[in-house]
Amino acid sequence: MIGNLDYSTLQQLWWLIASLVGSIFIALTFVQGGQTLIFTATTNEDEKSLIINSMGRKWELTFTTLVLFGGALFAAFPLFYATSFGGAYWVWMLILFTFILQAVSYEYRKKPDNLLGARTYEIFMFINGSVGLLLIGAAVGTFFTGSQFSLNMYNHVSWETPYRGLEAALNPFNLGLGLFLVFLARSLGAMYLVNNIDHEPLTNHCRKAAWINFLWALPFLLVILGGFITMEGFAVDPENGRVFMEKGKYLHNLLAMPAVLVLLLAGLGSVIYGVAATRFLGKDSGIWFGGIGTALVGLAIFSLAGYNHTAFYPSVADLQSSLTIYNASSSKYTLTAMSYVALAVPFVMAYIAYVWKQMDAKKLTLAELTGEEAKEMY
Amino acid sequence: MGEQLLTTVDWARAQFALTAMYHWIFVPLTLGLSFLLAFFETIYVKTGNEEWKKITKFWMTLFAINFAIGVATGIIMEFEFGTNWSNYSWMVGDIFGAPLAIEGIFAFFLEATFFAVMFFGWNRVSKGFHLFSTWMVAVGSNLSAVWILVANGWMQYPVGMAFNPDTARFEMENIAEVIFSPVAISKFTHTSSSGFLLASLFVVGISALFLLQGRHQKMAKQSMVVAAVFGLLSSTFVGLTGDEAAYAVAQKQPMKLAAMEGLYDGEKSAPVVAFGIINSAKQPGDDQPVFLQAVKVPGLLSLLANRDFTSYVPGINDLVFGNSEHNIIGAEQRIANGKIALTELARYKTAKNHGNLVEADAALAIFNQYKDDLGYGHLQKPADAAPPVATTFYSFHIMVILGTMFPLIFLLVLFFAFKGTLEYQRWLNYLCFFSIFLGYLAQEAGWVVAEVGRQPWAIQGLLPVGVANTNLAAANVQTTFFIFLTLFTVLLIAELKIMIKQIQIGPEA
Ligand code: HDD
Ligand code: HEM
Ligand code: HEM
Repeated sequence: MIGNLDYSTLQQLWWLIASLVGSIFIALTFVQGGQTLIFTATTNEDEKSLIINSMGRKWELTFTTLVLFGGALFAAFPLFYATSFGGAYWVWMLILFTFILQAVSYEYRKKPDNLLGARTYEIFMFINGSVGLLLIGAAVGTFFTGSQFSLNMYNHVSWETPYRGLEAALNPFNLGLGLFLVFLARSLGAMYLVNNIDHEPLTNHCRKAAWINFLWALPFLLVILGGFITMEGFAVDPENGRVFMEKGKYLHNLLAMPAVLVLLLAGLGSVIYGVAATRFLGKDSGIWFGGIGTALVGLAIFSLAGYNHTAFYPSVADLQSSLTIYNASSSKYTLTAMSYVALAVPFVMAYIAYVWKQMDAKKLTLAELTGEEAKEMY
Repeated sequence: MGEQLLTTVDWARAQFALTAMYHWIFVPLTLGLSFLLAFFETIYVKTGNEEWKKITKFWMTLFAINFAIGVATGIIMEFEFGTNWSNYSWMVGDIFGAPLAIEGIFAFFLEATFFAVMFFGWNRVSKGFHLFSTWMVAVGSNLSAVWILVANGWMQYPVGMAFNPDTARFEMENIAEVIFSPVAISKFTHTSSSGFLLASLFVVGISALFLLQGRHQKMAKQSMVVAAVFGLLSSTFVGLTGDEAAYAVAQKQPMKLAAMEGLYDGEKSAPVVAFGIINSAKQPGDDQPVFLQAVKVPGLLSLLANRDFTSYVPGINDLVFGNSEHNIIGAEQRIANGKIALTELARYKTAKNHGNLVEADAALAIFNQYKDDLGYGHLQKPADAAPPVATTFYSFHIMVILGTMFPLIFLLVLFFAFKGTLEYQRWLNYLCFFSIFLGYLAQEAGWVVAEVGRQPWAIQGLLPVGVANTNLAAANVQTTFFIFLTLFTVLLIAELKIMIKQIQIGPEA
């Protein structure tokens, strides 16, 4: 069946798959959000430990999803992988540094003789949740605002600024997207904690934090939505593949692809319901609405960037160097082979869901952190 | 400009070597210790003896400390292909990206998901499911080795693809060939078993330390026996697969083999150098001696390389300058061919852009004649086709000498364990403890052979490192190099301190 798909269908399919992985990653950044709550949502060490142990069981999942996002882009859109990672060198390097810091922090924070002290590892987590996410948001923003690169005859990238991508963080739209992600992740993190932990004082705090951070996210959401409606976009002429600027391009994309508009609105609605239910209805299940809603919004954003004759990684320095899902993709053979591989993904998701259910059947309590098995705790 | 690019490549290589070698400090222990944990826990579940649960948990604590930093150093590797080797990523991403993505789907999620159960699930899931999770962590980590080594094996011996002049990149034609390449298979079997070996050395060595200190004697001896058995089996396998790896190198990367043994002039019944000191002034083509001092075993290299004592093994000079008697086309000739291929490729692309199809066809026809040597066209001079000989030679010899020593250590441990006098053999316990470090040395040496011996190629014969890297000012890569150096060193020190403390605390606490 897959063998019969034509090249452009495969390219669209792989944009969808990569977008899905990316969107799930963004939903899973509740871990990063939780990491930034350790200083503000807690009143004592116990509560801090509860947050860290709760997130400590999920951080690897988020991390691995990021790794897979990189791998999927490499396999399916190698020209994007080469152009963006090699070109916007410093943005990606800084993002990676924050994830390196994160990866050791859970395990080392509470261990005796850990060289840097618990506080340092907590700051590492905070940096990952704030700076890391902000830069990821800014990087995604360049899908719409463009970057300063050009490709030569052999598709080798040259970057036109010495800041190697850091200039992206100065663009208000990119910055807005980054800050939106930071506050959204904090809100998601708070909802996750409400769901995962059994400790009234902390969960009460988190209910408020979920709401307040969502309110903080709102203005940045408006920046993004306003941007989509008003900004010029990078359109592709389907006849000859030439890239040109089109007024209201992303608005046109929204109207041309009603499904995407539905995704966006349903996603936002779901997030709003999740937050409100957590704050005002005393529900513990808000994270599910928030998480799934976030993934839908993510999917809508990636769709706006890639589909409907749009350049998803545009260059403002040399318009014709812009990347589209058609000129940046792997060969038909590779996409076909990888599509067979992707059939395994539902099984992977199934065992993750099963394990998640098993592990989270009981909520985390303070007793568990001080009990017999406490030695292993973070 | 040329000068500038050269330094960027050098920094990029230094950075890749640095980050990979740091990553490799932690990975082999994960590969092997995960299985040892599974063995320990299986014994616990089968016997119901709480002792074994304590043993499992003690080693699991050390596993987790190592694992965290393994993950931290791993993420950078995944993205470094893009950041530092972006031309490479574009030119071979069609093939090379696939195993990396597959690794994420099949291996990393398995590892990450079941790691959480293994570590926090003791009271949350059933005993049986917990044991299953521990096994899954072992399977998952070794699966990740499979895929990354498929990728690496492909760099050493590129198969299953063709060059597409229109996109100016290599495109995949047969994924099965990539996955089941003989080089990939020998890489995986040798590397994973060397990880088992290292983890066995680790468990044996730390346990020996307990015996020396007179602490936790029972637990130490129990751990030691299990690990020594595993170590003996895996070190035998390491030797066998190492021989297989060397055979694969001889067949597919003769230049690397020549460098591993310091063989400049090819010969029949070529010798293995059991011990040698390389003359560092020696260059291809000159008539200086290769070794200042050497002990050779005749015929052994021919046997190793071609499974035949009397066969001919080409040397560095033959591969650089060619040898018509043995039908070897040297780098000299191939560079000339490669330059033609490059010129014709450029002519083809320009003509095509201008819609001049006749000229494009003509250029393409010539290009196709010479395209096999395309990569050589980027080299400046024939001697550039040879890797650094001394580094490759010494690393190879360190690895092999240590590789023959380790099984003896495990044998001795088992011997005294069965006699029941293990705790009295202080010399052996010291040796065991010290061998942990030798194990790490052999590991790093092995990769230096594999990677330095592959120079100047990023993709053997197709893409030299100087073309593979990102067009980036050297200062950027230099800066990130030092950031990594500082960051990883600080984290390594933290890891070691935590590890040592946990060993001091021991299984009781
Ligand atoms: C404990 C570690 C260890 C030990 C004792 C040995 N090896 Fe090894 N060796 C490795 C760990 C390793 C490794 C780190 O896993 C490498 C690096 C790349 C690879 O595929 O495996 C490697 C590579 C490697 C290569 C290069 C493969 C390539 O370039 O593609 C050869 C030829 C051998 N080994 C051969 C041997 C032989 C004949 C040994 C004698 C018993 C031996 N190794 C012991
Ligand atoms: C983790 C174990 C590994 C270690 C310790 C290691 C070691 C090294 C070393 C020492 C170099 C520098 C060689 C030189 O520049 O002279 C290098 C380069 C490199 N290695 Fe590895 N390597 C490892 C695994 C891999 C794997 C699995 C891949 C690919 C999948 C890989 C790809 C590369 C690349 C692309 C370079 C840079 C280009 C080059 O210098 O050849 N390495 N590695
Ligand atoms: C240059 C090539 C390499 C890349 C791109 C790479 C990538 C990665 C990444 C991204 C992680 C973190 C995974 C997670 O999210 O949990 C990781 C960890 C790991 N990698 Fe590598 N890796 C490389 C070399 C190797 C090699 C050569 C092996 C084995 C033969 C290996 C085996 C592992 C294992 C077992 C882990 C688990 C964590 C640990 O190290 O303890 N890697 N690697």
